[in-house]
Order: sequence, then structure tokens, then C-alpha cells
Amino acid sequence: MIEEQKSIGVTPAELVEKVQVLFNDGWRLVQIGCTRLENGLELNYSFDKHYQFFNLKVAVALSNPEVPSISPVYWSAFIYENETQDLFGIKFPGLVLDYKGSFYKTSVKNPFNSCSEQINIKDIKKDLAL
Amino acid sequence: MTKRTIIPFGPQHPVLPEPVHLELAVEDGKVVEAIPSVGFIHRGLEKLVEKKDFFDFVFVAERICGICSFIHGMTYCMVIEEIMKLEVPDRAQYLRLVWSELSRLHSHLLWLGLMADAFGFESLFMHCWRLREKILDIIEETTGGRVIFGSCKVGGVRKDISADTLDRIVKVLHEYEREIKEITDVFIADGSVKHRMSGVGVLSKEDAYHLGAVGPTARGSGVDFDMRKLRYGAYKNISFAPVLETAGDCYSRCHVRIRELFQSIDLIDQAARKIPAGPLEIKVSGFPEGEFFARTEQPRGEVIYYAKANGTKFLQRLRVRTPTFANIPALVKILQGCDVADVPVLILTIDPCISCTER
Repeated sequence: MIEEQKSIGVTPAELVEKVQVLFNDGWRLVQIGCTRLENGLELNYSFDKHYQFFNLKVAVALSNPEVPSISPVYWSAFIYENETQDLFGIKFPGLVLDYKGSFYKTSVKNPFNSCSEQINIKDIKKDLAL
Repeated sequence: MTKRTIIPFGPQHPVLPEPVHLELAVEDGKVVEAIPSVGFIHRGLEKLVEKKDFFDFVFVAERICGICSFIHGMTYCMVIEEIMKLEVPDRAQYLRLVWSELSRLHSHLLWLGLMADAFGFESLFMHCWRLREKILDIIEETTGGRVIFGSCKVGGVRKDISADTLDRIVKVLHEYEREIKEITDVFIADGSVKHRMSGVGVLSKEDAYHLGAVGPTARGSGVDFDMRKLRYGAYKNISFAPVLETAGDCYSRCHVRIRELFQSIDLIDQAARKIPAGPLEIKVSGFPEGEFFARTEQPRGEVIYYAKANGTKFLQRLRVRTPTFANIPALVKILQGCDVADVPVLILTIDPCISCTER
């Protein structure tokens, strides 16, 4: 094991309050990432303090993909939230610098907001041969 | 009332041949605000894990970047190994360390050359890249590749370095050390170089920390933060302390990279003396199931690989947070208050890699 990684789940409504506590306690925002699950989206907010890793998990419903922005607390979060907004279509009300979907110039809107296509390996080999 | 002018910088600029755009709000020749814009060539490589066998994806991970390619591949392997609870053999861990530090050496020498070119010192640029070629020769000799090493795999490494070759590499690196010192002394002591970088683009320790800066950008501001202190792989057996500078200006960031050149040679030397005999890899069977965040230190700073696996040959999600991406908020802060003429040099001091950012 490289390092212990603690992770807890929070609701979108609790998020900003929890993040403010971490900020006041001197934690550094490491990254925000998103995963498309079968029935929703999962956001990971990762923090570090003295090489300790801590993660907040937020489940987001597909019907209302909206999570309050933490950029008023961690200004640097704007870059991760704009990325997530463009790739997954989650809205972040309160975002301090909102690119409104133009942060990434993708040809497809929200390209990562689709479930994994479990393609058969034979199909891939066939594609590669072509 | 001072007139505000908006100056577009990039995405095509002579100093930075990679596509990043900045909208610079300027008053009286000073930048008062900078709005960054990336995403011109976003490749969506993270999405490819859904169609590519997890074992083969290391080849894609290495191609995220053409400079720190090996560490991308290694960190990808580490996240899979952690999820699958694989014990990588010690010899493989030491070889990974050697190739990681060779990557750092060639990346920092490349950056020093680009920096010299940016402030118009062409002969210095050529000397830096001449020395970088010698490091690339070592990489080519040990892996067969100069940019893409292809030597790392899930469960270990594909290639070995014999004891004789390793001893010779260490000897050669110590010879290069003298040449590197001769060149880097120009960066440290030359009046014109110092004048161009000293006191320019200051990032305070507090700002560096709260804006999530990583690598030499953070360490140049005195933030004691180097992922190698997590003691992953063979780093747990090596004596090492992060290189820190405290002024937070361009000169500090440059000085951190210069000192890290000598540190990397020392780490390779230590590894060559301690590397044990033994297997290069372990057999990998089954599919990964679980999730993990692997963190390592690239030449530009902390890189994070997050993988979520569901027990099939395809990962459910791979997320790569690259150091340049993390340093963009700090860059915006550094640019505030600087002269327009200093903008290209300031951008270079975070050593931006847009290829990584557009993974």
C-alpha cells in the first residue's frame, strides 16, 4: 500500500460546509474528478495535508446534475468544475469563473456523460485490423 | 482614468509552440487580469479505457506526454497494481526509479534550454539541449526508445539494465555533472539572466499552497511538497529531501530545477548501489476491482491517476490530473501585476505541458 486513502460520502447540500471546514483546517485541494455510473454520476473531491490523502464523494442524480460550486472557498476549483461541466454536463451554481461550456472545445457536447460500452475484444481487434 | 486593453496571448505564440490561450487585461503596460483558456486539442484519452484492455492501456498512458512519458506509464501501472494488490519485485522498483530520474533530468534540461531561448540566450539553449541529448542516449541504450520508453508494464518492467551498464551510466552521469554545473552556473550567476528572472512573477508560499500549485512551481515558493516523499516504489530505500527555494520568483523556480538535476544524479547513484538481483515482474492474472488514487512526482509536479475498476478487462473510469493543469490557477496569480513583456517568460516558469493537460 502506497498510502492510506480515507474517503467519505456527502450530499450536495452538505458539500460546501464540509469543504469550508477542510479549508479552515489547512487542507489543499488536489483535484476534482467525476465518474459516470450506471444510474448517476459520482464526484470525487480530493484533498491533501502533510501527505495525507482525504476524499469526499458526492453522488449526483442524472435528472438534476447540479452541485454547488466550491470555488468561492477554493478559488482553484474553477478549473476542475469547468472541466467537469464540459465533459459530464454537471452544473456548478456559484462558479467564480464560469466558461459556460467553452472551457474544452469538444465536437460532442458532454462527451464523457455516457456509460461504458463494454465492447467485445474481438470487435476491437477487428477494428484495428481495418 | 486608466484605459484597459485586452491582449490575446496564444494559442499560437513563438515562445510556446503548444496551444494555450490567455486573455490579458492590461492597464499602463501591466497585466491586471489573465483569463486562461485550454481545451483546443482535448484528446479524450481517459475515455479510451472503456474500450482498451487495462493491461495494454499502459501504452496509451505513456503517450499522454512526450516528455514525462515514462512516469505516466509507471503511475498508471501503480494504480492498477494497488487495486489488484500486486507486489512488484524490488529490482523492477529500482529500475523504475532510475528511468523516472532520467526522465526528470532530460525534462529539466529541456526546460532550461527553452527558458534560455525565451530570454534570447541562444548559445545557452544549445548547450542545455546538447547535454539533454546525452541523457536521451542513456535512455535509448537502456530502453530502446528516446521519448516513449515502453519499459514499464503492470506487475513490473519489460527490460533490465545489467550491473556493468548501470555502473557505467553512473560514472558517465558524474562526468556530465561537471558539464551541467558549468551550464547551470550561467543561469545562477550571469547578471543578465538574473536580472530577467529575479523578483519577477512572485508567488507567495500561501498562494502556492491554497491555489494547489505543485512541483517546482510550489517548491520555488517554499512549499515542502514532493510526492517522492510518499516513498512509493524504491524511493522508500533512498535518502532524499525535497529541493526548496523561498523567494517564489522565476529565479527560484529555475533554481529548484537546477538543484533537482544534481539530486536526480544522486538518486540514480544511490539506486545503482542498492539495486538487488531478482525477477523483473510478477505474473498478473484476473481483472482489477476497486478504486485508488496513485500519486507520483513528475518533473512538473504531482500527477494523479484515479482508476475505478469493476472486475472486467475494461476500467470503468480513468482520471488523470496532470501537474500543468494544477498549476494553471497559480499561473493566473503570477501574471497579475507583471509587465506585458514578461508574460512569455512567466508562463514558461511553470514549465507548461499542454500535451499532458489535453490528455
